[in-house]
Amino acid sequence: MRSRGLFTRSMLVLGLVFLYVPILSMVVFSFNNSRLVTVWDAAHSPTLKWYVALLGNQQILSAAWLSIRIALVSASAAVVLGTLAGMALARYGAFRGRLLLAGMTAAPIVMPEVITGLSLLLLFVATEQLIGWPKGVGAVTITLAHITFCMAYVTVVVQSRLAGFDESLEEAAMDLGARPARVFVRITLPLILPAIASGWLLAFTLSWDDLVITQFVAGPGSSTLPMVIFSKVRFGVTPDVNALATIMVLLVATGIAISTVWMRHRQKLRERDQQLAAAGNL
Amino acid sequence: MLRLTRGAGRRMVAGIPLLWLLLLFLVPFIIVFRISFSEVRLAIPPYTPLFAWHHGTPQLQLHWSAYSFLFTDPLYVSSYLYSLKVAAVSTLFCLALGYPMAYAIARAEASWRSLLLMLIVLPFWTSFLLRVYAWIGLLKNNGVINNVLLYLGVIHHPLALLQTDFAVYIGIVYSYLPFMILPLYANLEKHDATLLEAAADLGARPWRAFLAITLPQSFAGIVAGSLLVFIPAVGEYVIPTLLGRTDQLMIGRVLSDEFFENRDWPVASAVAILVLLLLVVPIMLFQRLERRELEVVK
Repeated sequence: MRSRGLFTRSMLVLGLVFLYVPILSMVVFSFNNSRLVTVWDAAHSPTLKWYVALLGNQQILSAAWLSIRIALVSASAAVVLGTLAGMALARYGAFRGRLLLAGMTAAPIVMPEVITGLSLLLLFVATEQLIGWPKGVGAVTITLAHITFCMAYVTVVVQSRLAGFDESLEEAAMDLGARPARVFVRITLPLILPAIASGWLLAFTLSWDDLVITQFVAGPGSSTLPMVIFSKVRFGVTPDVNALATIMVLLVATGIAISTVWMRHRQKLRERDQQLAAAGNL
Repeated sequence: MLRLTRGAGRRMVAGIPLLWLLLLFLVPFIIVFRISFSEVRLAIPPYTPLFAWHHGTPQLQLHWSAYSFLFTDPLYVSSYLYSLKVAAVSTLFCLALGYPMAYAIARAEASWRSLLLMLIVLPFWTSFLLRVYAWIGLLKNNGVINNVLLYLGVIHHPLALLQTDFAVYIGIVYSYLPFMILPLYANLEKHDATLLEAAADLGARPWRAFLAITLPQSFAGIVAGSLLVFIPAVGEYVIPTLLGRTDQLMIGRVLSDEFFENRDWPVASAVAILVLLLLVVPIMLFQRLERRELEVVK
């Protein structure tokens, strides 16, 4: 028994090292003076010059701003659609179109991105021919594409959250005469709020990060941040991208820390409520 | 079954996402399917229409040229097989690394588990593109790995690591590892430890107990994790483009090049259809597993 514990634990440590060494190397070399990126220039490092260069790079800044706007809209719309789909799948039992809905929300998660991207672009080309909309591809078509693949992830998150708790609370509210809309706002929504929040964050990250699908449905003048990064790194390493990566890692780490604290806080509140309820004080 | 909303409300809750996905997920595939039976032409859009008007009556025009082209040119067949090989090998590596990791987390102290899981998921939240890019800096000729090995005297000439199959395997394992670990962990965490204890009491050696009890019980997790890695890996575009060989392309890159470089929409569509045909069985398997998983929780 002991020997296997040792083996799996060493593999765990090894795997974590494997996951974090590349990220750490980007962080370290973002402070490197040399253009050669991976050769440490001890005499002139650490330096912040790549960060300065990055903040002066208009192309990167405007691409980042476009990506943020697209991600905000996509994540918000995806959360609405994904929550509806998750509710229907988790609570409605058998209904017409259930299998279709279940299939179409699971498929985008594993579908190779080149196929999704190609098919969406061909759709936009076809609708432009047929009804004159959209007028060319750009931020709008990117957003529509992002909503579509992001909602699949939100659906899974919301659906598994709803599957995790039983329906007795909702049933009780219904028995007491609450209308469906009221039951949703007062009972269901608070229960699935953590899932909705993490679904939104997931959707934002996926939209912010997507390259392949975006490349298909983007047009001239609508280059998102991943597209700009990809065209830079395709032909080698560039030091200012390391600086960009470091900033993103920092932002993500901060975001995760904040959301962890918030979740813990909510969990504590809920436990307190449950204790109070159990004590009959509610 | 609970009726959360009645009548019209209920139809809207299910209907709106259903309509959205029909329009932006299903219809696009039908269009891809239809264009794969066209021929290229110099026009906007650059393919022949499905119907041609012939003396006032519409005539269906189905062309097989895109498909026959794909099957006669060895370039396409080889990138198909190459993509399958790369995806399969990477999935195996991913499983070999991910299984023990998931096992160790599932057996760790409860207080450690959520921290360890967060460490597994955290890289996933940072940019996928940038994490793949990081490997260029590690793998290239004067990159970190070669420099360290040269410094230690293990090698005397830099190894060619970048633009190899090896680099693509690393990239895929690295990017998809969380997708392998999470379903495996969800499965392994539910196992009943008393079964292993009973086996030990009866004199089974640990590896034997593992083979007889843990491994078969975790089969669903293995399949789910492997599918989550294998299916997207077949069509992977970014990883082979940044880290992979230049003399042997994967099918995702071929599709993209046909579309953007050659502007041959019918051939690009036919490639997409053939990749889909190949993946239809694994995708359906994945959906069934996921449905079962969600229903078990219920």
